[in-house]
Formats: sequence, C-alpha cells, structure tokens
Amino acid sequence: MNRESNAYTLIFAVIMVVVVASALAIAATSLQPLQAQNVKIEKMQDILSTIEISTTKEEAQETYDKYITKVLALDSKGEVVAEGEEAFSIDLANETNKGVSEQRFPLYVAEVEGSTYYVIPLYGAGLWNAIWGYISLEEDGNTVKGTVFSHAGETPGLGAEITQDWFQERFIGEKIKDESGNFVGITVQKGYSGGNNKDDNAIDAISGATITGDGVTNMIYERLEYYIPYLEKQNTNLALN
Amino acid sequence: MAEIKNKKEKEPTVLFVAEEKEPLFSKKNRKLVTDPLNDDNPITVQVLGICSALAITVQLEPSVVMAISVMVVVASSNVVISLLRNLIPNRIRIIVQLVVVAGLVAVVNEVLKAYAYDVSKQLSVFVGLIITNCIVMGRLEAFALGNGPWKSFLDGVGNAAGYGLILIVIAFFRELLGSGKLFGYEVLGHKGLTLADSTGLYALGYENNGLMLLSPAALLVLGIIVWIQRSKNRKLIEK
Repeated sequence: MNRESNAYTLIFAVIMVVVVASALAIAATSLQPLQAQNVKIEKMQDILSTIEISTTKEEAQETYDKYITKVLALDSKGEVVAEGEEAFSIDLANETNKGVSEQRFPLYVAEVEGSTYYVIPLYGAGLWNAIWGYISLEEDGNTVKGTVFSHAGETPGLGAEITQDWFQERFIGEKIKDESGNFVGITVQKGYSGGNNKDDNAIDAISGATITGDGVTNMIYERLEYYIPYLEKQNTNLALN
Repeated sequence: MAEIKNKKEKEPTVLFVAEEKEPLFSKKNRKLVTDPLNDDNPITVQVLGICSALAITVQLEPSVVMAISVMVVVASSNVVISLLRNLIPNRIRIIVQLVVVAGLVAVVNEVLKAYAYDVSKQLSVFVGLIITNCIVMGRLEAFALGNGPWKSFLDGVGNAAGYGLILIVIAFFRELLGSGKLFGYEVLGHKGLTLADSTGLYALGYENNGLMLLSPAALLVLGIIVWIQRSKNRKLIEK
C-alpha cells in the first residue's frame, strides 16, 4: 500500500493510537496497587516524622500501628463523624473542594512514651500549585511538636525549600494561640527579628519565597481553625480528670 | 534487506543486498557520541532545550535527574522512531513523534511511581519539560528518521550527554553562587542569623547572590559558557 495514501495514513494513525493507549492503560492499571501502597507508606512516614519518629519504608506500617492509636474524622463543628480506615483514606485534595459544612477533617492521635500528640493534615495553595503537609501539636493543643511540608510545583531553591528540615524545624515549640488563649495560627514572616522567641506566633520566612510562605501561613490558619473546638474539649476532659 | 516488489511492474525480484557491516563502535559511530559534547552541543551550538536549562539548573540534584531522564527518553524514542521510520506517513510524522515521546515518558513515569517512588516525585514536576524539550523532537527529525536504530541510539546518548554536561555546569555555578551549596551540602560555610552565628565565608560578610536563583542568571551563565566554548573551539569560529 502506498505510504502516503489517505487510507494508509488513517490506518497507521488508528493502529498507533490503539497501541499507545493500550500500553498506557495496561501500565497504569497493573501498577496502580503498587503505586497506591507507595503513597500510603509515604503518608505514614510523613505523619510519624512530625512526632520525630523516622522510619524506613519497610517498617513504616509497623511503626505507624505502634504509635498512632486513633484516627478520627471531625466535621466543621468538631464532632467525630468517622474513625479508623475510613478516616485515614480521606484525601484532602478532594475534600477541600467541598463546602466547609460537608468536609471531614482527619485527626491522628499518637502516643509516644506516655505523651499524647495530635497530628493534623494540612492542604493549601502555594505560588504555582498545591502545597500540603502535617503539623503535630502537643497535648495542650497549643504547642507545635513538629511539621512536614510538601508541594506540587514550587520553585526549586525558593518555595520548594519548605520541604527542608531547616525550615520545618523553625515551627517546633511555637504556639498557635496567643497569650489570651485565642487561636491565631503561625505567621511565616518576612524580616522576622524575633530570634528564638517561641511565644510570638511567627517564624522567619524563606528569602525569595514570600508567596509560598504566605501559603503555608494561610494553610495552617485555615485548617487548624476547625480542630480547635475538639482539642479544647479534650483539654477540659483532661483537666477534669 | 529483502525487497519484494509488485509482480505487475515486471522488475526482477531482489532477494537481498549485501551491505558492508560497520563495526558497532567504529570511528563514525563514536563520533555520534562525542560530537554533541563539544562541536555540536545541543544547547550551546544547536540552541535547543534552553527552557529546561533555565528552570532546572537552580540546584545540582534535579539537574542530574533531568539529564538522566532526558538521556533515557531521547535514546529510546530515537530507537523506536528509527525502527518505524519506513512505516510512518510523511504527513503525520510530527504527530507520530509526539505520541511516541509522550507515551514513553508517561509509561516511564508510571513505572517509576511503582518501583522508585522517591525518584518519580522529583521527576513528575519535570515530565512536561521533558516531553516538550526541543532536543528530543529535534534529534528525531534530524537523525532518527533517516538512520538505523543503533546509530540513532548512539546519537540520542551523545546529544543527551552534551545536554546533561551543560546543565550540570550551569547548575554548579547557580547553586554554588546562589545558595552556597553543592548537592544540598553547604560548602561555603553556614549562614546564621547574625554574623557571629555564621561560619566559613559568611563570617567574613559574604552574601549569597540571589540573582543566581532566578531564571535570567541561567541565561547569563549560559552566555558565558558559549563565549568560552567559541573562543577555545576553532571549529565553531565563524569566518
């Protein structure tokens, strides 16, 4: 058949499209379980890293089961609406598209050497694309134990540095409430001069990464807001006991 | 090669043509790999693939990942297109090239997500940059469509190596001068909050050059590289 004829061209195009589409579909579906498992392991590693527990991929599941005692999902009022596997599998990327009253807010409760920590997932907008992470609070629901951040497409060397330890460590020990006990979140501040002051609800920003830093500030404020009622309830229960 | 022609055309049937077998690593084949490193460098001489040279080279590590990924993509798509070169209709050849390249990159990304998750996370940001990299399509058009698979493979490897070399050189200077690090390790000392907290060069008052972290710096560094290359390489000096 003539290579340049219409019939040949059409048949070639159809065959090529079918072959490539099948190859992609086969690759994607057959690898999907492995990929989902990788994502799940990474999620567990991230959650554990905020309470200063690092683990390898092989041990992640075991370590996670050891330290995370409860997984809850709250509604916007702070009432528990789900637990366990259902709460773990909530994907914030989808969840944040719903209206606030329909959203569920996952909460991970960890017990490490007798202390309780609350690990809260975060999701927000950076400069170019989404940013997300986890923040863990101590039993008082006020002091930060640790953070971990990730991003989809922030600028390498600038916004992308939110994944680095030196930035995440700045949050350790910071308070999310001010002296009067009101929730104010933590501000990633340009030109921060507070040194090591842990009561000023602010940390030093990354030079040249203002908008990503603002994204982190907003993300922390917007997400943590909905956990305050539940955490305060837990605190009063503790005080009563 | 066996060519069986249509009997109606009354031409003798040619059963095979004796070809002189070129050794796998003959001088001409070796040139396919070494030329793009200097004389025919895809970035500095052919002026292709500039976009990723700007975006990726802020740090060394992603540059290396990108260089390796581009080498895999260029070499394999060169081979695939070269094998298909006698079957592709001329009118849709650009589209076919694009489908092959995009399909390859997508499959590679899926495999990485399953078996090398950490690498795939670094790569998925750059996947778009690889598919649209002019070097990939440029070599398919300029070489793979008219040459055999082995030569096309070597050409792909050579061009990707030339591209990778320039990427690493630019990233070296940008990361060193822009953040004082190489591969994430601080090499000029540590910059503390005050002069007293700092070590190394920073204790003497040295500051990182913020411009180096922005895209225009990549073009500046690249321009200097082209300047040096053309001064040293006799073959590139235009009469």
